[in-house]
Amino acid sequence: MSTRIATGGRLLNKSNAVSFSFNGKHLRGFEGDTLASALLANDQMLVGRSFKYHRPRGIVAAGPEEPNALMNLGREGQFEPNQRATTTELFDGLEAASQNHWPSLEFDVGAINKYLSRFLPAGFYYKMFIHPRPFWKHVYEPIIRHSAGLGKAPKDRDADTYEHFHAFCDVLVIGGGVAGLEAARTAALSGAKVILLEQNAHWGGRAPVDGGTVEGKPINDHVDTLVAELAAMDNVQMRRRTMGAGVYDHSYVLGYERLKDHAPKAQGPRHRLWRIRAGHIITATGAIERPLSFAGNDIPGVMLAAAVRDYLVNYGVSVGDRTVVVTNNDDAYRTAIALVEAGLTVPTILDARVLPEDSALMARAKELGIRVMMGHAIASVKGGKRVTSVEVCSQAGEGAVLETIPCEAVAMSGGWSPVVHLWSHCGGKLVWDTALATFRPDVNNAPIGADGHGFVTAAGAAAGFFGLDDILHDAHAAADGVVTTLGFKLPANATSPNADRQEESPLAPVWMMPQGANAKLREKTWLDYQNDVKVSDVRLAAQEGFVSVEHTKRYTTLGMATDQGKLSNINGLATLAGALNADIPTVGTTTFRPPYHPISMGAIGGEARGEVFQPLRRTPMHSWHDANEAEWEPVGQWRRPYAYKRSGESTHDAVMREVTNTRKNMGLLDASTLGKIIVKGPDAGKFLDMLYTNMMSSLKPGKCRYGLMCSENGFLIDDGVVARIDDDTFLCHTTTGGADRIHQHMEEWLQTEWWDWQVYVANVTEQYAQIAVVGPNARKCLEKLGGMDVSKDALGFMEWVDGELGGFKCRIYRISFSGELSYEIAVVAGVGQAFWDALMVAGHDLGVMPYGTECLHILRAEKGFIMIGDETDGTVIPQDLGLGWAISKKKEDYLGKRAQERSHMADPERWKLVGLETTDGSTLPDGAYAVGEGKNENNQRNVIGRVTSTYHSPTLNKGIAMGLVLHGPDRMGEVIDFPGTDGKTYSAKIVDPVFYDKEGEKQNV
Amino acid sequence: MSEPISALNGSVYKEGIAAITATGPIGMISIRGDMTAGYLKKTLKKIAGVDMPDARGINLKVDKGIAWMSPDELLLICSYAEVATHLDTLHNAIGSNHAMAVNVSDARAVFRLKGKHIREVLAKLAPVDTSPDVFAPGTIRRTRLAQVPAAFWMVDTETAQLVCFRSVAQYVFDLLKTAAQPGSEVNHHRR
Repeated sequence: MSTRIATGGRLLNKSNAVSFSFNGKHLRGFEGDTLASALLANDQMLVGRSFKYHRPRGIVAAGPEEPNALMNLGREGQFEPNQRATTTELFDGLEAASQNHWPSLEFDVGAINKYLSRFLPAGFYYKMFIHPRPFWKHVYEPIIRHSAGLGKAPKDRDADTYEHFHAFCDVLVIGGGVAGLEAARTAALSGAKVILLEQNAHWGGRAPVDGGTVEGKPINDHVDTLVAELAAMDNVQMRRRTMGAGVYDHSYVLGYERLKDHAPKAQGPRHRLWRIRAGHIITATGAIERPLSFAGNDIPGVMLAAAVRDYLVNYGVSVGDRTVVVTNNDDAYRTAIALVEAGLTVPTILDARVLPEDSALMARAKELGIRVMMGHAIASVKGGKRVTSVEVCSQAGEGAVLETIPCEAVAMSGGWSPVVHLWSHCGGKLVWDTALATFRPDVNNAPIGADGHGFVTAAGAAAGFFGLDDILHDAHAAADGVVTTLGFKLPANATSPNADRQEESPLAPVWMMPQGANAKLREKTWLDYQNDVKVSDVRLAAQEGFVSVEHTKRYTTLGMATDQGKLSNINGLATLAGALNADIPTVGTTTFRPPYHPISMGAIGGEARGEVFQPLRRTPMHSWHDANEAEWEPVGQWRRPYAYKRSGESTHDAVMREVTNTRKNMGLLDASTLGKIIVKGPDAGKFLDMLYTNMMSSLKPGKCRYGLMCSENGFLIDDGVVARIDDDTFLCHTTTGGADRIHQHMEEWLQTEWWDWQVYVANVTEQYAQIAVVGPNARKCLEKLGGMDVSKDALGFMEWVDGELGGFKCRIYRISFSGELSYEIAVVAGVGQAFWDALMVAGHDLGVMPYGTECLHILRAEKGFIMIGDETDGTVIPQDLGLGWAISKKKEDYLGKRAQERSHMADPERWKLVGLETTDGSTLPDGAYAVGEGKNENNQRNVIGRVTSTYHSPTLNKGIAMGLVLHGPDRMGEVIDFPGTDGKTYSAKIVDPVFYDKEGEKQNV
Repeated sequence: MSEPISALNGSVYKEGIAAITATGPIGMISIRGDMTAGYLKKTLKKIAGVDMPDARGINLKVDKGIAWMSPDELLLICSYAEVATHLDTLHNAIGSNHAMAVNVSDARAVFRLKGKHIREVLAKLAPVDTSPDVFAPGTIRRTRLAQVPAAFWMVDTETAQLVCFRSVAQYVFDLLKTAAQPGSEVNHHRR
């Protein structure tokens, strides 16, 4: 059984015991434990079930590469699935639950799949579920979705907050092991600004576990000295619990800081996403140990040799009294030695190599009395929910059992792979290192930045250096090179420290154990623990023709689980290479993509949640609308009142009341959201002539003109009223949604195409509160406020004037989007509310009521005025809408002119705008299509038109609509059919789109 | 005429790692033109009492000054009451030359940030290097704050002023409050 031993545990604070729970069971650990070490200390060897076969799984690793120990953590607002026990720091009250089993971890019905594993090989789902086609969606997928899945989805709103942070530095060092610390120190000595990130809570990486001396001092002391030295430097920023998650173009890096995963009750955000712009990036990300491929290598108790050592040294945890070590390299001997020195038993070291002489580590192991069996391997591990024994065989053979050795744990080492993920994210290339049997960064093919030079440098183990002395020298040299290219210079006395050198025997590549393992063994030999991919699956994929590593990956799901193949990739592609009889470097690797290790969605979203999820734009009168029961309509990021509901009214009633009142008395509309763009300069007229389809340069100061704007492809993109302020200056009104877009459109043309025209534009939309005073009593209301002449003679239709109303400085535009007598009045935003109040008071006896956007829509539809976004959808040109009158024939050019002359645009078959009136007075469904004769090539009924706007008009007391209809204007009086989605067919007569006051007498009084 | 009211009318947040105040309206005139032209340079110097700023610079004396906005755009900052006078002066100086001066005072909302951690609060929301050696008093950044445009500058080592569009004043205030929430110190710019 796994247990806590009396000695060791350098990261523990044994004076502070903490309690936690696992699957409801109360357990105890110490401050400094990870959840994984605490579970092992409590003999919790079984921690989860595998994804496909529901096999019992235990902890394999001690870091982010862990594939098995995924947990549901916390509860309610702090619940989170798929958290790694190995990277979760223990805290008092932590609640963890295992995943992917039913009904319980100990007894899992899904485990029957493992007996069916012969029938569930690679590609099973693809082969099985492809026929009959409709079954996938309706039968197979729901079942598979139900049985698959790791953790539970959270049900409650996340109770925590998150944030981003933008940081800048010359040198970013990722990884706070001995290499990272040395690289950071070296870089900092040159005066460069350095940021150093470490994913764990401790500095020094795994060096303190592996041991060694630097300049005669124990490695622990060296780490402490380095950390103190760095902490004292002004130009160094150090962050623990912060993982380098991804490297992006232009030396942009995402760091993932976990601020309070270990202390959930603390104040402040839970995670912080660092968005770092670095001059150069040094990846000192270390290396990850590889498992060995032997039968039963997934039984709980089989662990990476270095992880066994980590748990022993860092947390004082023994995985078992008797640990068999199996290896193809010297490093695993350190585990055997550490175990024996801690008083535990290592029955044997099975070393797949046959070597002529012992290295120092091998000699030391033998000195301690450990039985070393060279050329031997594991034929099979025995046990169910935990290891009970191993069967020993010759590595060279096919697995004939020579001996069975009882044990509780197996420590395996297949060699080390440098963590090349961050190096590779932006295209850094890899080379195959035959001596190490691994890929390492190709220093001649670094990721290239905008200047054509590499912007990432790997250092230490991440670069393929494994001895302590080599690591320190490489890190020093890497940082020296980096700062030199950045223009800094190391002081002459800056040198790399020297460490003791320990020569090791070379590793022997072992991709299958024993090398001739038969099919039965291969079917029990796991490559990818999380996705249940075995050696036999990869071989089958190769046999079925999946020769590309990317295809094999997707066919077998190798490396596609949440650990992204940190343990399985190299073994998997070596197995594939073996099956294809190809070199490993020829087979190549799959693509490394960010993030290195999963990061929270909360961190990605940052502050953008709740009230600040999106900006909400408010007009100066927003609070008034809110207090007066406005029902809100989102218009871009604005909120505009849709209607103001009075007590007892439905929304529809309110809209009808607002329309009727505006036509009879007067209404107020908050039109502040409409775009207002000043265009000024000697070439302003020429510029607007190009932007609008009609002539603007001929407009006289003091006058207004309605205009249409098209894209260069001819399509209508915006409309509005232009006022000429003086000879040089125009004010262009745009739609609400168009303000920013049209401003940008203008700037783009001025900056890229007509850069030599003398025109400046300014977006003053928010400078003004603009209020439309609409209805027969509008003039009376303004006269009551007093201060200026607003009579027909002083201020005619389509004119504007500056003046003062009721003490408010204002500009009045006499324009109408409703067909009524109407004034749009602009005052500075700061007095917008006061002016609105003044109008409400002055209008009180004149029947004033505020009205919303739906009333506005009905008023304009009754008049046959088009609305950008209703009558237009990006495919409509002004000619479709009967707006030929607003297109200048005299102008040589305007944006869209050439496009509108193309054959398709000039085609008489284009649908044209008409009015539509239902034969029974009902309201047409919005967006409904009119059907014509016959069917199209897809056997659908031909369509001949569609509804673009449709309302119930209280003024006319019937449904009115506008629509685009084939040959529409030539078919006045014809009745066409619109099948609704409600099963009814609506019949509507084609009529003129102007339903109300065709002569325009009302607005011109 | 009524007194002009700023969007948030003096809202204050003091509970976090920086104090945030929505200030009353200040005068802002957006100027576009040839910034080397004498009629602009001289007039602006006369109005603001400071020299033309360099790129990404702001020259401010108490509440009056000039901020660089782009190679052909400046922002004249003054008291709200003086805007009309200064605008007249500018229009007279510009005369028939090609330049533009526009009152944008009401289109904006203004915030003041105070405290040791204001550089961090800003760096949580804007993609800006706010380190003291890069972003010192006298420099301005026209940038974004989360999802909206904003500009800000350091008034002194523990005070920053921030300008955004009026319609998003509440959003920006809420953003700043979120970024300044208690316990969220980054301690990045440590010395």
